[in-house]
Amino acid sequence: MMARINFILLLVVVACALSAIGANHRARKLFSELELEQKRMRALEVEWGQLQLEQSTWAAHVRVEKVAREKLGMLPPAPGQIVAVTMAREHEVKRP
Amino acid sequence: MKSIRFSRSPLLFDRLPLWRQRLVLGLLLCSFATLIGRALYLQGINNEFLGDKGRARFERVIDISATRGRITDRHNEVLAVSTPVRSIWAIPEDARLTPAQARDLAQLLDLDLRELNRKLASEQDFVYLKRQLPPELADRVTEMKLPGVHQKNEYRRYYPAGEVMAHMLGFTGVEDNGQEGIELAFNSQLSGKPGSRRVIKDRRGNVVEDVESVNPPQEGKDITLSLDSKVQYLAYSFLKQAIEENRAKAGGVVVLDARTGEILALANLPTYNPNNRTKLIGAQLRNRALTDTFEPGSTLKPFTAALALEKGKVRFNTPIQTAPGYMTIGSATISDAHPHGVLTVAQVIQKSSNVGAAKLALSMPAEEMWSMFDSIGFGTPLKLGFPGEAGGRLRPAKSWKPIEQATMSYGHGISVTLIQLARAYQAFARDGDLLSLQLLKSDGLPLNGKPVFAAQTAREVRIMLEMAVQPGGTAPKAQIPGYRVAGKTGTAHKLEGGAYANKYVSSFVGFAPVSDPRLIVAVMIDEPSAGKHYGGEVAAPVFAKVMGGSLRTLGVAPDAPLAPLPGEKNEPPVKEEM
Repeated sequence: MMARINFILLLVVVACALSAIGANHRARKLFSELELEQKRMRALEVEWGQLQLEQSTWAAHVRVEKVAREKLGMLPPAPGQIVAVTMAREHEVKRP
Repeated sequence: MKSIRFSRSPLLFDRLPLWRQRLVLGLLLCSFATLIGRALYLQGINNEFLGDKGRARFERVIDISATRGRITDRHNEVLAVSTPVRSIWAIPEDARLTPAQARDLAQLLDLDLRELNRKLASEQDFVYLKRQLPPELADRVTEMKLPGVHQKNEYRRYYPAGEVMAHMLGFTGVEDNGQEGIELAFNSQLSGKPGSRRVIKDRRGNVVEDVESVNPPQEGKDITLSLDSKVQYLAYSFLKQAIEENRAKAGGVVVLDARTGEILALANLPTYNPNNRTKLIGAQLRNRALTDTFEPGSTLKPFTAALALEKGKVRFNTPIQTAPGYMTIGSATISDAHPHGVLTVAQVIQKSSNVGAAKLALSMPAEEMWSMFDSIGFGTPLKLGFPGEAGGRLRPAKSWKPIEQATMSYGHGISVTLIQLARAYQAFARDGDLLSLQLLKSDGLPLNGKPVFAAQTAREVRIMLEMAVQPGGTAPKAQIPGYRVAGKTGTAHKLEGGAYANKYVSSFVGFAPVSDPRLIVAVMIDEPSAGKHYGGEVAAPVFAKVMGGSLRTLGVAPDAPLAPLPGEKNEPPVKEEM
């Protein structure tokens, strides 16, 4: 009787030990995945910064003005060409 | 030799003395006890030493770098951003390159081969071969697998707006620390604190487990400035144009939001490109609007008039005799270039009469004038946090002589910075109060300023200033179609070695729209030398262009008919006095 209990307990101990090993292994695997994703996140952040920089460079006012004037032949309007419009306020529009 | 079996060995029948047996046993027991004791000591009592040795085999502390915060303008347009770059360094002793390798490396790094060899032959333990390389290029260096050549991650700051914003933003050094401008003023907020964490690494150097975060990194905070990059660009490009046209030495423009005290634009010339600072000289670096003081000239007259109105000495229409166009105080004479006869107080401002302003000033005690100048911020730096901010010169009233009090009324014998002048005009653009200036975007809360003049005084001076830009005033060129404008010209001789030289500083300060002032623009042009030097002809057109463009950009409703200006070219403007 005693021997059987001992045997069962031994099996339980071995099973526990194996599952602990498995869990640890899974944890490390997940961790390395997390690590990879974090690395990717940092790389994307860097890329975002560089894209912002690129956008700002393309949209620099100096360049926009140059393109507008030279390529597109645009000019600021003469004072006589400007018409000021006043927007009707929202509550005034709703009134019947 | 005859063999003897062990059991029959004669030695066994010789009884040895008992002490020998005990001694050996004792010695063995002792050494055994020592071993157990040592084992206990190492594993039980003093187990840290071996533990540390073990951890040192697989645990590593990794540094986590923190990026410096971005600087953006009020519309979140990026003005300064850090991106990672790599520096290539070498240990000269270990770096034994073949001539072919050295040639390839020199080509890749864009270095002179001799220069590279000189660096590699140096006695030092550590030399930088090239700093701040783009990561792609650095990867190619890695692929060459050179002995003794290493890389280090660093950050480099880029300024997409280049010279347009240079003085405002400043720049950082190679170690990513602020050295000028906003970068310096807000360095502690912008710079992050690098952290570190302890991890377990496997044989191939992969991180297997996080042990603990020793020191979490602190990312630098992003900063949103009050600057509007469009307004800044307008200010910069029109200033540049004017400086070229007038062949001037230098110049500055400041644009303030009259309602919040925010600095919308601040441009100086000459300037520099913050992305390429190899040929930088001191004159380019100076943020003149903040660090250089000048005698403002007639732009101070409205303050004299305002004080006289405030103290009840005169009223808007009180006549003042300015004939015969000069006035002697003690041994000195001050004069108007064109004698005007009897002028009202308003006309003194409109026509910018020195004699009129001096008479107004001399009707008041020196202390009152001093405390007015002090209360509008002259003589003390604004303390925005910029390096080298100047306060200007305002001597204590006790030491003023009457002639000095008279000249100060029209802006000589006192010096200010352009930004102080722009801020002081808030008193007229607002109803007599002053706000402290904001470098960062403010959240639009209604702010209470420091009262300087009564609201009524400010309104009256506003009308005088509007007269100054109308036909009959000194600066009709400051007019903008569609908006009512008010402002004052200034033309001052420059002081050189204690005497007034034949060089000028032309300035103009004004605000618009007069019906509800929104913007204040101050323009200063230093040493215009293309023939024109009056503030009304040099600085006023810059004001008109910057103000007009900014008002349209901000969508401020026009408060005047949108017609071409009448008689723009025909009437010669009234020459102001100096």
